[in-house]
Amino acid sequence: MLLNQFLMLGAVLFCIGVYGVIVRKNAVLVLMSIELILNSVNINLLAFSLRNGSPDGHTFALYVIAVAAAEVGVGLAMVLLMYRNRRSVGLDDLSEMKG
Amino acid sequence: MLASDVLVAQNVGFAIIAAIMVIGALRVVTTKNVVHAALWLVVVLAGAAAQYILLAAEFLAVTQVMVYIGAVMVLFLFGTMLTRAQIGAEKDLNNKNAIIGLPIAVLLLATMLIALNDGFKAEKLPADSPLVTTQQVSDQIFGIYLLPFWALSFVLLAAAIGAIVLARRD
Repeated sequence: MLLNQFLMLGAVLFCIGVYGVIVRKNAVLVLMSIELILNSVNINLLAFSLRNGSPDGHTFALYVIAVAAAEVGVGLAMVLLMYRNRRSVGLDDLSEMKG
Repeated sequence: MLASDVLVAQNVGFAIIAAIMVIGALRVVTTKNVVHAALWLVVVLAGAAAQYILLAAEFLAVTQVMVYIGAVMVLFLFGTMLTRAQIGAEKDLNNKNAIIGLPIAVLLLATMLIALNDGFKAEKLPADSPLVTTQQVSDQIFGIYLLPFWALSFVLLAAAIGAIVLARRD
């Protein structure tokens, strides 16, 4: 197996995730796109871990998974709060800061 | 050659799983239905777990299945159902100026692919290197990376308390 095939898969998933973050308005879908980005990073970390024969990548990938779980928990709580206050989860509606 | 046969099987497996993952990811960012997006995300996350097994990281694969498919997806589906009046196709999921997303993503992808191609042309993953065992990973977490592990446990605690404080009705 080539190293590059995993890195390129990670790059494709990362760009799809970035596309989702830019294009989507629904906050839940933006969070899902962020999950795509974090997963592509994990694939890269594990590919380099296998290449170098070192367990560092595994450890870091575990930490990434834990932080992603925490992020989803707080993020969805915020989405819930937003829906309760303004009956919508559209990120375009949060425009109080606009001059 | 027996060894190359094994590698061919791995490559075919990689290609199939990668194709499924890319299709699933594209459906996540293009579908018109939030629940469908969550279910396509399950496909991508399960494919990522399969890639972890191909990369000889079985502990990470099991963790991925438990944490993401088990916990995070349930959170997403709960979030969808608590914030949605309707379950079904919707028109209003994309931004007003969504058209700018495609060129940005394509440019980013082209840059990354060119850089990767220059950097690691046809470098092979070592087929006979000693595999990383779960014991090594745990030795690291509870050894040199102990302080980040503590910090991470505080992050999780703060996230749990924060989620409760944010989401409860008072």
